[in-house]
Amino acid sequence: MDLQFYPLGDQAVILEFGNIINPTIHKQIQVVSNYIEENPPDWMIEFTTAFTTITVFYNPEVLFYKEVCQELSHLLKNIKWDEPNEYRMIEIPVCYGGDFGPDLIEVAKTNGLTTDEVIDIHAKGEYIVYMIGFAPGFPYLGGMSEKIATPRKATPRLKIPARSVGIAGTQTGVYPIETPGGWQLIGKTPLELFLPNQEVPSLLRAGDRVHFTPISLDQYMEMEQTRS
Amino acid sequence: MITIKKPGLLSTIQDLGRYGYQKYGVVVSGVMDSFSFRIANLLVGNEENTPAIEMTIVGPSIQFHQDSLIAICGGDLSPSIDGQTISMWRPIFVKKDSTLQFGESINGARAYLAVAGGIVVPYVMGSASTYVRGKLGGLLGRALQSGDQVEIGNLTELSKKVMDHLHTNGPAKWFVPFYKPINPIIRMLKGHEFDLFTDASKNLLINETFTITKEADRMGYRLSGPKLMQKEQKDMLSAAVSLGTIQITPDGSPIILLADRQTTGGYPKIAQVISVDLPLLAQMKPMDQVRFQMVTLEEAQHLFRKNETYLTDIKRAIKLKYR
Repeated sequence: MDLQFYPLGDQAVILEFGNIINPTIHKQIQVVSNYIEENPPDWMIEFTTAFTTITVFYNPEVLFYKEVCQELSHLLKNIKWDEPNEYRMIEIPVCYGGDFGPDLIEVAKTNGLTTDEVIDIHAKGEYIVYMIGFAPGFPYLGGMSEKIATPRKATPRLKIPARSVGIAGTQTGVYPIETPGGWQLIGKTPLELFLPNQEVPSLLRAGDRVHFTPISLDQYMEMEQTRS
Repeated sequence: MITIKKPGLLSTIQDLGRYGYQKYGVVVSGVMDSFSFRIANLLVGNEENTPAIEMTIVGPSIQFHQDSLIAICGGDLSPSIDGQTISMWRPIFVKKDSTLQFGESINGARAYLAVAGGIVVPYVMGSASTYVRGKLGGLLGRALQSGDQVEIGNLTELSKKVMDHLHTNGPAKWFVPFYKPINPIIRMLKGHEFDLFTDASKNLLINETFTITKEADRMGYRLSGPKLMQKEQKDMLSAAVSLGTIQITPDGSPIILLADRQTTGGYPKIAQVISVDLPLLAQMKPMDQVRFQMVTLEEAQHLFRKNETYLTDIKRAIKLKYR
């Protein structure tokens, strides 16, 4: 494994595990971040994970950069790399098409498919949550089939409704909060992804596996009502 | 209790930020100028992370419904109480029913109003900081508005002593000396992608003057000036960014990420403003000019500790004065 340390400013250090997105690097990151989560060093403020990196935030009043690197190197020696990586499987119900997925037809046309085929391909996939970022609770998902890849819209929408499911290039994702964006919208989930009043404020965490389950508009309405 | 009579341009309740939740994509927020904020709290006998009001260029008008102890630090936005100019950087006794107002912006961009006892709002994910875009924290997740009323918390023993002292002996004659630079030089560290830039661009960053554009808010400042180009345009994977990260957008413009930055970014990081200079940057506004100077990480972290020692000394001095 080619693990590198480098500073992010004077209050954080980045551990880089490689420079490509793949499940092996992702697994290494999960193993380390699970260990840090369970054994947080007392000098650590917090940590975040991304596609190929873990970033550890610290207080330079307590430790200097070099000392933090030493501490982390020491900590990494305790890691059991070949332990099976346990993960959560999360089902996300999606009502595809219609008003919720105004771009479903465009995605189908772009790929020479019917809308049902697009839904089928999207819902069959198993997706890895590589990281959470960009917006609270927003998952960067890997594993979408190239068969439904669709470029972003030429003109971004000013408002994408919260809980919309979209495609941008070979990525798929769900918008936790209303934001502007250029994603192709194919559906909407009744689940909240950002939960500001819960201890873990995000439905999804890095390392989770995600499945999308198609639901009807009636089911969507029912689930949305139950939620509120 | 206090009532916001006029909100000013952008007044929000902030503390030192929402840490521990960046892995869930939750923006840190918090004060832009942590130095002024912490001193303001120390001056009124608060813990230094007590929620206070951050105001921007045009300050609010606030009525106090109880005798209060306040301090205003940061940019000089001409504070006055019932028409009488008041000093900044020192504790001030405010009589019940008085109104605090602000006038002309003399220098800086942001001022902090700390009230002994603190501004009371519910904590969300361990912080009172307002993140307006995410409708999170502060008062109802938004900037203060006319008619808003917020409670003031219980005074610490120290706050009571300072207040009694000012009540009996009149205004404090001392103040905290502060650093008020004109066109400051902002010190920075090399970013991880520094060497992806051309030598010409690296030199421009270090030697040229940049101007803060109108796109300057709590999320970040976009700068105009010479364009900084990479040797070859490379796609980057999104990774963590932090307070003070200087990213370069594809058109070659720097953006300095500040309090309300997203947790991750996908643009190359050319440099990083050192922590102790972030308060200076927070006091700069559109059209202000900025120059950069490169320092080492060791220097930055020694400066960090020096700054912490300075704040500890102030805290100790206030405790001694009012014991």
